Parts: sequence; C-alpha cells; structure tokens
Amino acid sequence: MSNVRHHAHHFDSAQAEFEASKQGLWVFLVNEVLFFSGLFVAYAIYRVGNPDLLKECHHFLNWKLGATNTAVLIGSSLTMALGVTYAQKGEQKKSANMILLTILCAFGFLVIKYIEYSHKFHDGLLPGALFHNHELTHPKAPQFFSIYFVLTGLHGIHVVGGIVVLFWIWIRTLKKEFTPEYFTPVECVGLYWHFVDLVWIYLFPLLYLAS
Amino acid sequence: MFFVTEALANNGLPQQGSEYATRFDSLYSFLIWVSIFFFAIVVVGMIVFAIKFRNRPGWKAKNIHGHTLLEIFWTAVPTVLLLAIFGWGWMLYRDLRAFPTDAMEIKVIGKQWLWQFQYDDGRTLTGEVYVPVGKPVKLTMTSDDVLHGFFIPDFRLKRDVVPGMHGSIWFEATQEGKHQVYCTAYCGTAHSGMLASLYVLNEKDWNDWKHGKKINVAPNELPLAFGGSAAPSAAPQGGALSLVDQGKKLSQTKGCVACHSDDGSARVGPSYKGLWGSQVELADGSKVKFDENYVTESLYEPNKRIVKGFQPTMPTFKGQVSSEDINALIAYFKSLK
Amino acid sequence: MSTTTHDSGSNYLNHSKGIMSWLGTLDHKRIGLMYLWTVLVFFFIGGVAALLVRYELIAPGQTIMSADAYNKAFTYHGTIMVFMVIIPLIPAALGNFFLPLQLGAKDVAFPRLNLASYYVFISGAALAVTTLFLNGVDTGWTFYTPYSIRTGTSATWVLMGAFVMGFSSIFTGINFIVTIHKLRAPGLTWNRLPLFCWALYATSIIQVLATPVIALTVFLLTLERAFGIGIFDPKLGGDPVLFQHFFWFYSHPAVYIMIIPGMGIINEIIPVFSRKTVFGYTAMAVAIFGIALVAFVVWGHHMFVSNQSDLANFLFSLITMFVAVPTGVKVFSWVATMYKGSIHFDTPMLYAFAFLFVFTIGGLTGVFLATIASDVHLTHTYFVVAHFHYVMVGGTLMAFLGGMHYWWPKMFGRMYNETLAKWTCLLIFLGFNVTFFPQFILGSRGMPRRYYDYLPEFTELNRMSTHGSWMIGAGFMIVAIYMIYAIYKGKVANSNPWRASTLEWQTPSPPPHDNFAVTPVVTSGPYEYHD
Repeated sequence: MSNVRHHAHHFDSAQAEFEASKQGLWVFLVNEVLFFSGLFVAYAIYRVGNPDLLKECHHFLNWKLGATNTAVLIGSSLTMALGVTYAQKGEQKKSANMILLTILCAFGFLVIKYIEYSHKFHDGLLPGALFHNHELTHPKAPQFFSIYFVLTGLHGIHVVGGIVVLFWIWIRTLKKEFTPEYFTPVECVGLYWHFVDLVWIYLFPLLYLAS
Repeated sequence: MFFVTEALANNGLPQQGSEYATRFDSLYSFLIWVSIFFFAIVVVGMIVFAIKFRNRPGWKAKNIHGHTLLEIFWTAVPTVLLLAIFGWGWMLYRDLRAFPTDAMEIKVIGKQWLWQFQYDDGRTLTGEVYVPVGKPVKLTMTSDDVLHGFFIPDFRLKRDVVPGMHGSIWFEATQEGKHQVYCTAYCGTAHSGMLASLYVLNEKDWNDWKHGKKINVAPNELPLAFGGSAAPSAAPQGGALSLVDQGKKLSQTKGCVACHSDDGSARVGPSYKGLWGSQVELADGSKVKFDENYVTESLYEPNKRIVKGFQPTMPTFKGQVSSEDINALIAYFKSLK
Repeated sequence: MSTTTHDSGSNYLNHSKGIMSWLGTLDHKRIGLMYLWTVLVFFFIGGVAALLVRYELIAPGQTIMSADAYNKAFTYHGTIMVFMVIIPLIPAALGNFFLPLQLGAKDVAFPRLNLASYYVFISGAALAVTTLFLNGVDTGWTFYTPYSIRTGTSATWVLMGAFVMGFSSIFTGINFIVTIHKLRAPGLTWNRLPLFCWALYATSIIQVLATPVIALTVFLLTLERAFGIGIFDPKLGGDPVLFQHFFWFYSHPAVYIMIIPGMGIINEIIPVFSRKTVFGYTAMAVAIFGIALVAFVVWGHHMFVSNQSDLANFLFSLITMFVAVPTGVKVFSWVATMYKGSIHFDTPMLYAFAFLFVFTIGGLTGVFLATIASDVHLTHTYFVVAHFHYVMVGGTLMAFLGGMHYWWPKMFGRMYNETLAKWTCLLIFLGFNVTFFPQFILGSRGMPRRYYDYLPEFTELNRMSTHGSWMIGAGFMIVAIYMIYAIYKGKVANSNPWRASTLEWQTPSPPPHDNFAVTPVVTSGPYEYHD
C-alpha cells in the first residue's frame, strides 16, 4: 500500500525533506563537538602543564561506576538503533519498547552519576574554591575537579535533554505518528543520542583511566 | 590646524626615547608608505574607472570575466610583501625579547590603581621610576589583583601585567627627561588615572638620586579627573615649593589622587576636604580624630581603622613616604578647609 | 531574463493580517523584517551609548558622567553592537529575506527553527539589556579575567544573555547551510550561485563552528563568578590568560561573521551597477573561504602582549599576514569589475564606493597590527579602536546601508528619495572619517583605549572625533526617516528597478507569500546583463 507522505511546501519531495532534516542535525552535532572540545582542550592544557595531575587525581574517581555507566550508555545506543530500525520497518510497538528501554538506560546513567557525585561532595572533591579534601594534595587538584564536574555535568545536561526528546518521540510512536515513509524525528533523535554516547566514550578514559 | 601638524610629525608617533624606537619608526614609516601605495591604487583606480567608464549614451560595458595572469600577480606580490613585513617585524620583536644579562632590574607591581617600583636596594616608589640614560634596564612585572598593562609610548614598548605570574620588558633609554607610562589593560574605575612617570637621568643626576639627593624633574602628569591640572606646570626652580604645594604634589606622585579627591567628592576613598581636625566615623561606629597620628597610621597600616562606608582596599605606603613627606601631606590636608 | 511587473495585489506583507500573523509567522521574509526592526532598535541604543561615550571624551576631565558610568557606557556600546547588532545584522535580516529568493526557493529549510532563532535572540538580548536597569556591567565587551570575576556589576546576566543569543546564531547557520545545499532551483549550480549566497554559506559555517566556543567560555566564566571553579582565577590556581585564548578563539572568527556578509552585498551591487559580470568570480568565492579558513587559526594576534610564548607570537603573526591575501584579491577584483563597465551612480553604488575607500584603510591598518613589533606599540590603544571601526562600521555597516538601498524596493515595492539618499551617504561617509581617522593618530601617539579621561595633549583630536560622531548620528537618523517614509509614501517600484539578473528580481516587488508563482529555472550566471 503506497502511503505518499505530505511534506512541507518548500521541499520538492518527502525524501528531500528527510535528507534536509538529517543534514541539519549533523550540522548541529558538529556544533556540539566544538562545544565539548573547548573543555577537552582545557583538560589537555592542565594535563600537559601538570604531568602527574591525572595520575594523582584519577585514583579519587570511581572507575567501576564509570565503566558501568559506559556499558549502560553503549547498551542504550543499541536499543536506540533498534528503535530507529523498527520505526523504519513500521513496527511501531517494538520501536516504542526500544525507545522506552533507551530512556530507562538514560535514567540508570543519571542515577549512577548521582551516586558518584554524592561521594565526591561527601569527600570534598569539588571544583575550585569548594575543594576541601585532605588526602589529595596536588596543587592543581581543584582545577582537575573543575574540569571533571563541568565536563561530566554538561554531558549530564545533554543526557537530560536526550531524555526529554526521547520521551517526546516515545509518545508520538505510541500515537502511531511514524510510518516507514515518515520517521524523521526518530532518526534525528537517534543521531543525537549516539553523539551523547560518543562524548562519554571519549570522556571516560581521559578522566578515569590514566596511563 | 597646528595640533594636526604636531600630531602628524614623525608619522603620528611620539618622541623617540630609545635607540629601539628609532629602528621601530623606520618599520612604521615603511608600513605607512606601503599603505598609501595600495590605498592609492584602489581609490584612484576606483575613481578613474568610475569617471572614465561612467554610463553615457554610446558607451557599452565589456563583459570581462577575469584575467588569470593579473589575478596571480595580485595574489603573489602581496604575499611576498607581507612575508617581508612579517620578517622585519619579527626581527625587531626578537630584539625586544633579547634581554641583556647586565640589565639593571627593577620590580614593578601594578595594583588598582597605581604602579609601585621596587629597586634592588629596597627602595620603593609609587607612580614614578628613575633610570639611568644609556644603560639597559629590565622591568619585571606582576599584578596584585587584576590585569594591568604597562605602556611606555616613547619606547614603543608594552606588556600586560598579569596576577599570579611575572613578565619582563627591557629598554635602553637614549633621551633624558620624563617619559609617560600608561596602564593599557582595562582594570576598573580609575584605569585611565593609573599613570606613572619614567624619568631618564644623566649620570650626575642618577648618582645624586641614588644617594638620596634631591633632583629637579618635570612633575607627574595626571588626567584632570584624577587630580591633574589643565596645563602641566613647569618644574619648580631651586626647591621653592611651599610645604602645602609639596604635599599636593606628593598626593599626585604617590598615587593618592587615584582614590581620594580634594573637592569633597567621594571616590574609592574619602575626600580630604574639610577632614583635618574633625571626628571621622569608622566602620564599627566609633570615632577617631583626623590628626597627625591617624594620617600616619593610614599610610602605614591603612586597613586598621577605615572610615565608614569605604572598602579596605588602600595599599600600604610603608617605606615609601618619609617623615618629611608626611609633614607635607599634613600641611596640604590642613589647607583643604 | 529580467521581467518588470507591477503587482500591488497579494504579497507577503498583506498576505495575512494581525499581530499574531507576524509573531507566529513561518515566512522567512517576515522573520527577516522582524529581525531587521529589532536589530535596528538595538543599533539605536548602542549608538546612543556611543554618542554618550564620545561626548564625555570631547574634553579632558569629567564632562557628563563619572568614571564608573563611562566604563559601563563603553561596555554596553561594545556588547550591544557586537552581539545584538553587527553579528546578526546582515545574515538574520537581509540573509533571511533574500537567501531563499536568490536560490529560487520558497523558504529556508527549517522555517520553525528560523522563528525559534528569532525568539531565542530577543530572549538573550532581553537578559543582557535588563542589566541597564540593575547594576550595569563595566568589564568591556571582552570580559577579561580576573576583573570580570571580581566586578560586582551585573556581568552574569550579560554573560547569560550572550550564551542564549549564541544559539540564535547557530540555528541561523544550520538553517542557511542546509538551505543552500538542498533548496537551490533547477539549474542553479554552485558556479552560478550569487556571491551573496556564497558569503552567507561561509558565514554560516563559521557561526556553527565558532559560536559553541564562546558559549562554553561565558558558561565557564559564569561558573567562575558563581562558584569559584578556579579555571581562570589566579587566586584559586587558575590561568587568567587561558580566558583570552578561549574568548578570542570565537571572537576572531566572529569578526568574519561580521564582514563576510558585507562583502557579499558589495559583490551583488558592483556588477549590477557596472552592468558587467564580476571580475574573477571563482577567485571571489574561493577568497571568501580562504578568509574563513584562516580566520580560525589567528586568534592569538589579539594577545601579542598577553605574555603568551614568543613561538605563539611568531606563528600568529605569520599566519595573520595571510588573511590579507584573499582580502586583497577581493578588493582588487571589485575595482577591476568596474573596468570597462558602464558605471551607474545610484545610492547603492555610492555606498559601494564608500565601502571600498574605508574598508581598504581598515584592512591596511590591520597589517600594522599583524606585524608583531608594530602591534606591541599599537595594541590596547586607540589605533585598534580605529582599525576595527573602519572595518566593522566602514565595512559592514556601509555594506549594509548599500544593501538596504539596493533591496528596499524589493522588500516594500517603494523607492526612497534618491537625492536625499545620495547626500546622506556623503554625510555618513565624511562623518565616519572625521570620527575615526583621528583615532589612528591618538593611538600611535600613545592614548590607550577604554580611557575615561586623557592627558591634555590628546584634546584636539578627541574633540574632532566627537564632532564626527554627531555627523554620523545625524546621517543615520536621516536615513531612518526617509526609508520609513518611503515604505508608506515612496514612489511605487517595479519588480526590477536596477535591471539585475539574480532571482529575487524575477518576482514582483514586494514578493508574494510563496516567493515565486512558478519555480524558476536557471540557465545562466548571476551577473549576466544584456543591455
């Protein structure tokens, strides 16, 4: 059964509109890469200027929790990819389930993050002027934790944003708004979510695993 | 338009206070000539074409798409020229960064809103620095609070002064006399009042000054809003300044005017006007008489007892004002009824 | 092929009525107009700040305000002019209006994103401007640390405002890139693309790549002010110069966001009013991208005296020189375009002449600043102030005025008073030079910038500069008056009064809601005239 999808009047075809939307999201992701890279540069500067900074500080990060979170996010990327595939195939119920699983993984990530953060607060491993831990005595430790909190914090905000848009497409999927001819929002949210995952995959070894 | 000719003399640059300045001015002159040349090509070309090819009956435009050789030419020639200019600029900069090992070092501290200069022998000055002519001098600078910038136009020399680190500049002055120093990194309220005078002394004056003898120098210049006068006064002859005038001069050279006015208006600090002999209210509500003792204490331990409504930001002048200086200041305060 | 049609029937202006049809519009032309009026209001506020600053400087000593008030005045002048005027001005106003038209498209790729970008813009601007009624901000538009950490003024609100406004820039950039990729009319190949579109394309790429860095920078500074995270504050172990690197990594490419669209407009005007194609079309397009590319690797030339390493100084000075090469190529090509053309002296072309005059001076004085030894003397002085006003006001603003006079008949179907326009162009041109040329000399003679007060030797040149500011102010007011008058009472214009050949002129003036009754098919280049 052919289902000719209506498209916005300024596009020639639904296909052109779909490609334009994907392209727009890719351009947005490039912009996001630049946003995070500024922090990675700050990290690099402090690391190069203080060779033993990472070695001393990373002991105070919980790599087990970090690794768990990495697994959770990778898993969520898998469920997200499946969600997109099912949407493409028109299998709306399966797509909705996969999207829901992704949301749950995202919440799981945030819960683990919360546990990590509360340990840090308790131990005084805080940014800049708020730092008050007596075991860790490296003079630039407050800067390390500034970068740690801003990097993981901004990433966390992007996870929250991801939950919001994931919830949005979950509801729309349940309302049967997507078909094999039109699933653009699912595709775009999927791309965004993979990006959020990718940032963490860079972030985790750089902060948690010293070499 | 006399001021224009004066301003444009030496290509709009100030007097040449050092040998480096002379070499700098050659590069600057070259830059001006190159600029005039290219400006002329563009603007004269544009005017000539506009007139010669103006729209008129019988004249039809020729659709020229380009000219590869010409385009290569006007890409290659500027590239070569710019590289040459870069090279010349770099050679001069290298000289600025080649610190002579025998340079006399003076430490500079910038703080809101004055400059302090510390010599090796421990002497500290505020708002003025004395150097010998013809000898290399190195200034090692840091800030106590925010970014400042140290700029000596006559020497074509400038560097930011950053809190938490030290940076250095060096020069060898060839011209005796007073050279103006400005702060060039915006630092708050009195940024444009944060000036200093750099005095280049001949051998005799330098020896005299080093041994604590008084020498005659042109007075400090400050902008009107920060205690300056509309026209810079001539240097006094033979130490004929009254005690009151000495005090007024000190209030300028030591940087007091950056924060204290003499006309009743409150700045960062209270105005001196009408203060002498009065009871001033302190932050904790108690009162103290504004007399010789309070003045001395304010200069040496400024934040011990602060006038109500003001912040504890005044720096100490311990070691920078002598007993005679304090007496002159007191005479000045007394005169401000 | 050009057609001339009178159409006073249905167009985008009368297509739907009522304030909600404007506030909720998805029509790029209406969004462009909303941006235009909003930005011009900010231009007025920033301009008043400038006049106040210059009036204070007319004589030594206090003239009309205290030092603190002055420091706030120049900060607002800079912040408003940079973030709320000159960055959005050409792309968001004229670009939004004319990009789809020049491409033969019905709208931009993402009309809702377009409207969103407008509301994001005014939200950020509101955040920043409300501080005028609070403590104000006095850090200079560059927010250098540590002063910007310590100042008790409402700096945080302005920083947050800049953060929000940045998203507007990013959204516009994304929209334009995808629009140019996906919505060109049949036959509109890359080498037939109008140079204004090429300019918007390069600008959009810069917006998308550079703006996130300033977002991060103001975000980190806000955290520093609020929580003392210690990244920039030396008292907490941070590096204040690191802030400058972060800041200029965006703000240098940002100046190309400002000028490249202006160059795009000049690229439209000169061929039309010379009745011949642009000289060296390919080189012109390549030069735009050359400039955009080099723009990203020269930020350190704002920091030659910041105590960064000599190696950094070497590299930044060397690479900065290369910006002048593509820029020179463009300037020479503009003049060469006039060669054996048939020159018409309508107001848009007069602004193009003015642009060439002042932009050349601005560009050449950039070489003084790129040369490292010369910059050590000139940086942080009025020479820099003169340089950037020559390129930003002399360059971008004159190009904008040229574009306004060029496209006004298309936007409103009305012509302005040509005689008045010509004389006002002269007034603005003269006033501009009287204001800013003396500042080169003030700088080289040693007057630092951001100075509330100055030594007596600088009086005459300052006074001259202030008089010039009154000339510019008067000129802009006159332009505003006759342009607004023209909308209602101007002579009716036909669809192509300048006999141009780009697509926006092949549809009625003002354009219909859907831009083109029939999607145009392009068979020749953008600057082919058959007079």
